[in-house]
Amino acid sequence: MSPLKGFGSSRSEDRLLSIVLLVAITLTLTPVVRLFIEGVTEGDRFSLRLMQEVLSEGSTHSALLHSLVTAGLGTLVSVVIGGAFAFLVALTDLRAKAALVFCLMIPMMIPPQITALSWTQIMGPSSVLLKTLGVAPPLGAPQPLYSRHGIVLLLGVQHTAIIFLTLRAGLRAIPQEVVEAARVSGARGLRVWWQVIVPLCLPSLAAGVAITFVTALGNFGIPAMLGIPAGYVTLPTLIYQKLAGLGTSVLAEVAVLAILIGFIATCGIVLQRFFQSHQRVHLVGSTSRPLEIPLGRARLVVELTLWAVVATILVLPMLGLLATSLVPAYGVPLRLDTMTLSAWHEALFRQPATQRAFVNSFSLSIGTALALILICLPLAWLMERNPTRLGRLFDGLVDLPYALPGVVLAIAMILLLINLPFTDTTLYGTIWIIYLAYLARFMTIMFRPIQASLRQLDPAMNEVAQSVGASLFQRLRSIILPLSAPAAAAGAILVFLTAFNELTVSALLWSSGTETLGVMIFNLDDSGETVMASALAMTIVLVVMLLMGAIQLSARRLPKGVVPWQT
Amino acid sequence: MADINLRAVEKQFDGVPALHAISAAFQDGEFVALLGPSGCGKSTLLRLIAGFEMPSAGSISIGATVMSNGQTGHNVPPEARNIGFVFQSYALWPHMTVRRNVSYPLEVRRTERSALREQTDAALNSTGLMPYADRMPSELSGGQRQRVALARCLVSAPNAVLLDEPLANLDVALRASMQDVFSDFHRRTGATMVYVTHDQSEAMAMADRIAVMSEGRIVQFDTPQTLYSKPRSRFVAEFVGEGTVLPISEVAKEDGKVTANLFGSKITIKTDSPNPDLACLRPENIQITENGDVRSIVKRCTYLGGRYRLTLEAPSGAQLIAESHVQFPVGAQVGVSIHTPWAFSEI
Repeated sequence: MSPLKGFGSSRSEDRLLSIVLLVAITLTLTPVVRLFIEGVTEGDRFSLRLMQEVLSEGSTHSALLHSLVTAGLGTLVSVVIGGAFAFLVALTDLRAKAALVFCLMIPMMIPPQITALSWTQIMGPSSVLLKTLGVAPPLGAPQPLYSRHGIVLLLGVQHTAIIFLTLRAGLRAIPQEVVEAARVSGARGLRVWWQVIVPLCLPSLAAGVAITFVTALGNFGIPAMLGIPAGYVTLPTLIYQKLAGLGTSVLAEVAVLAILIGFIATCGIVLQRFFQSHQRVHLVGSTSRPLEIPLGRARLVVELTLWAVVATILVLPMLGLLATSLVPAYGVPLRLDTMTLSAWHEALFRQPATQRAFVNSFSLSIGTALALILICLPLAWLMERNPTRLGRLFDGLVDLPYALPGVVLAIAMILLLINLPFTDTTLYGTIWIIYLAYLARFMTIMFRPIQASLRQLDPAMNEVAQSVGASLFQRLRSIILPLSAPAAAAGAILVFLTAFNELTVSALLWSSGTETLGVMIFNLDDSGETVMASALAMTIVLVVMLLMGAIQLSARRLPKGVVPWQT
Repeated sequence: MADINLRAVEKQFDGVPALHAISAAFQDGEFVALLGPSGCGKSTLLRLIAGFEMPSAGSISIGATVMSNGQTGHNVPPEARNIGFVFQSYALWPHMTVRRNVSYPLEVRRTERSALREQTDAALNSTGLMPYADRMPSELSGGQRQRVALARCLVSAPNAVLLDEPLANLDVALRASMQDVFSDFHRRTGATMVYVTHDQSEAMAMADRIAVMSEGRIVQFDTPQTLYSKPRSRFVAEFVGEGTVLPISEVAKEDGKVTANLFGSKITIKTDSPNPDLACLRPENIQITENGDVRSIVKRCTYLGGRYRLTLEAPSGAQLIAESHVQFPVGAQVGVSIHTPWAFSEI
């Protein structure tokens, strides 16, 4: 208990904290517990029979192997690209770093199924872009991305930003003096990197690797778009295929699969936390001056190379997507006379399903963002003022629904809500199940920025208000809310962005009438409507970039640590 | 060991000048302090000597070698200058033991193993760190960390040792004992040392010569004694020691003595300038007597242990600092006589 408790908090605060915490923990923890129970029971009794059965199936083994291989190699790709970018951006005198970082962040914010769709548009025989340029492979040639290599490459590109961000944060914590001391001691060039910089940033690199692996493991969009046509099945796609094909009768079986993937992911998360806590061990010295190792004459070459990489992983696929969205039918080359906006028109204004998806995704994202502000703002503030054991438990758990693969949360939600206790109603098949899943999954995205901004507030501000007689809700409204509003707004935009793009959870939870935009793109492409899928995907990319731009522009007014790519 | 020569060294950051045409020569084996208020450019000058920054103009040489030249762009990188640098934050490598931290400069010079061990042991012994050789830097106290940093720059027999406010992070008691460590270190090794500080007592205690810096210039470069007794500008007179600077008039020479008018009475002054216009009054120039010519009022009386420090207001409104062995009540009127202060003309 805090020594200040007797003075600083009141009974109304205690009560509010317990209520909000209870809601929050229920949202984040119960689905996971429910899932675990499903895996180890049969009827109402404890049994491991089902688990043994599922885990000994051949399809489970191959999907597990495929998941591990693609996530492992994909992480390797991310480490190579993201690591190179992090070292160069954090340690050297490159120009236009902010623009470079912003562009590197975009692939992470673009939903994976759109990444997959856009890359398939710049390769293979029916690529509109390649046809237009006259370099398309002959018809019948295989799409090279429909393979393990394709999945690995795109998983790598998708998660580059995670490695980049964690490693750069670690590098920034290295005081300049430590490197200068090595140079003065006579250490030259690579020796400084190898003996001083690399050992010091190793914990953050390891943490980045662990969390990238977990994210890649849970990725559904990329293996679904690229792996299913090639018959290359990973754990998330196996769960999706079973559930889509056989319905809720296989629920217990997929629960075991979800536990399996959840278990591997948890190992990764534990590893990541371990490394994160060993980061920044006893680094003494000021980090006010950023390290700027001059690149000299090599600078222009390095800059051109980095921008070329950005162009390849960002601009080129987007051009492919744009080209495809502008042709009248898939396979027609893009020329001035064939260019048309009909697919855009069809997708945005004609198709009832896409319009419904827009409405669904918009309401889900806005609803999630608003509800999470209402939950997280008082929660973060009360936890800051009044640290209890329950609060610490929540602090450790709030990341879990987001860090765990989406399929795990989706299956857990189905199990939890398919049959509401004491009633005959079910939320499965309604939009509410998606909504509740989103609340659980994205809570951390809202919670962390608010927490960061409140930690920078002077506790005296609240105490002064208290001393002049302001009640709890008056203080919340007139002191805490305005002061943390910028962080909450940034968090809300991030939640909106992520929810708007979401595929994995909704892919397992949607039903006719509750499809989201993520599901819609997947379905359109699946049914051969690639042109319309591209137009829809392009719209989403534009919305994403617009919102990211809005955050970027307001970044200066936000407290430190709120904008994820600027910490 | 080597001398350090600065010739018209200038440094600009984004067009804003930080150093203006600094020329100075630090002798071989000399302990030089760069003293000045924060923002005067002393750390910048040190980083230029180390090679972390490039001069915008002018040249720097250590020994016979020109290390950097602003005109030609020639610059020997820090790793090739064979110098030692002690950082304010110590900058120990947190992932290496004390021994490895100290031996690292030898390691990168590919010193043979037995010689490396021998020299490292010598450095550890001379700084009293042998018992801590296998600890990690995080397990040491502030003073011990500082000694590791010192041992590290001592181990490779550098041409010069540069120290950037090394005592700023230590408490007062430790500061005094570390001053002795630095002085001993200098006496034993005979290394040329350049020591940056904003604390005049630190500079006075250790340095052979002090370069007082202000707004990017060296305003006076002299021994501590000369700086105190013969300041050449108002800035030095006020920054070093407790000096009150007052205008004087009617300077005249009479049988070997120089006299001047201060507060309307004639006093003897010391000077080497033909027509000085300012006098620097140190506490020892001011005597409190019953029949002193200058009647002053006691504004403050602070006990310093064994003596009192008096802030006096002269009839002209000028403030004087005097010392006394007896206490005076605030508001009391005392007589003050002034004895041979140093006078100079502001350049």
